Amino acid sequence: MIDNLACRRGGRLLFEAVSAQVAPGGALLLTGPNGAGKSSLLRLLAGLLRAESGSVSGGGRRAFAGHDVALKPRQSLGAELDYWARLDGGRDRLPGALAAMNLAGLVDVPCRHLSSGQKRRAAIARVIAAGAECWLLDEPTAGLDAASAGLLAAAMGQHRAAGGLIVAAVHGDIGLADAQVLRLG
Amino acid sequence: MFFTLLRRDLLLIARSPALWLPVMFFVLAAALFPFAVGPDARLLARIAPGIIWVSALLASLLPVETLLAPDVEDGSIDQLIARGIALELVCAARILAHWVGFAVPLLAALPVAGVLLGLSADDGTRIAIALALGTPALASLAVVAAALTAGLKGGGALAGLIVLPLALPVLIFGVGSDVAGAFRLLAAASLVALAVGPFAAAAALRPE
Repeated sequence: MIDNLACRRGGRLLFEAVSAQVAPGGALLLTGPNGAGKSSLLRLLAGLLRAESGSVSGGGRRAFAGHDVALKPRQSLGAELDYWARLDGGRDRLPGALAAMNLAGLVDVPCRHLSSGQKRRAAIARVIAAGAECWLLDEPTAGLDAASAGLLAAAMGQHRAAGGLIVAAVHGDIGLADAQVLRLG
Repeated sequence: MFFTLLRRDLLLIARSPALWLPVMFFVLAAALFPFAVGPDARLLARIAPGIIWVSALLASLLPVETLLAPDVEDGSIDQLIARGIALELVCAARILAHWVGFAVPLLAALPVAGVLLGLSADDGTRIAIALALGTPALASLAVVAAALTAGLKGGGALAGLIVLPLALPVLIFGVGSDVAGAFRLLAAASLVALAVGPFAAAAALRPE
């Protein structure tokens, strides 16, 4: 679904001739040194950057979890996730997503009081609740403790078992079994 | 979709600590002029429309740094784009929410400002109608300026420079609303600003 992609940022060619294909239920890990263009490739897939050349096709609806968690500090976690679930038409999926990331006890907490790991879990819960076919995760385990990383791995396994795709930028192992690896840089 | 976006924008504005800032500024400006100009009631009543319109214009710009910049910084705009939600829709909702957030309280505070400036009831009504017709244009211009300056440091000052020349027609027709046809020109200026605003703001927010 990624065909001969090239990306230029700030006049610098980040990568070119990047191609990959992911089957339903598959996963693609983007690896490479800092600045190789992992995040840019994810943002490109999410429609947040325009490609210099090449194309992206298929994959269905996409849900993106980047470095910015997009949670308003004064709003409660539950209200924030409810808003995004409303936009996704997935309010019925939200309780399951909250449970999957062990956030059910935090719904009344204002987001400014959440730790960075908890915010990261909330961003992943938002991806789960989106009900999209393709998950785009930018270093999803950054800031997560071992238990939360386990929850993430379980959620990703469930998503793939249901025929979903995952594209993730990673530095270490995030618990994705038999994933393709695309090395940038 | 539009309703969900609008509800969210209104909720965030209502919860923002800066909610009362524009209307407080408006009333304060109206209260200060009698002290600065002196107690000449006829002079005050004559310049009152100008004072009110300039105060309203500046009040519309007060929250400009919080209109879109936080959403760009915290990734909310990214999330909206990734969902394939049209930014034009997002900006249209933001314009409407900003109008409700600054113009409606301003209209509610107009009687207070009118008394402070010695406006007659007739003139007060006329200015209220002119403000109701003209403030949508100010809201639209403020959101466009907020979109253009969203990624910049100290964007608020720049936003003021962008808006002020564009707001001149609204200011002129608003202050001169006792002339025949001024209401229509004011409404026309608002319609143009409302029609162009969402597209201009969305174009400024869209990734390169």
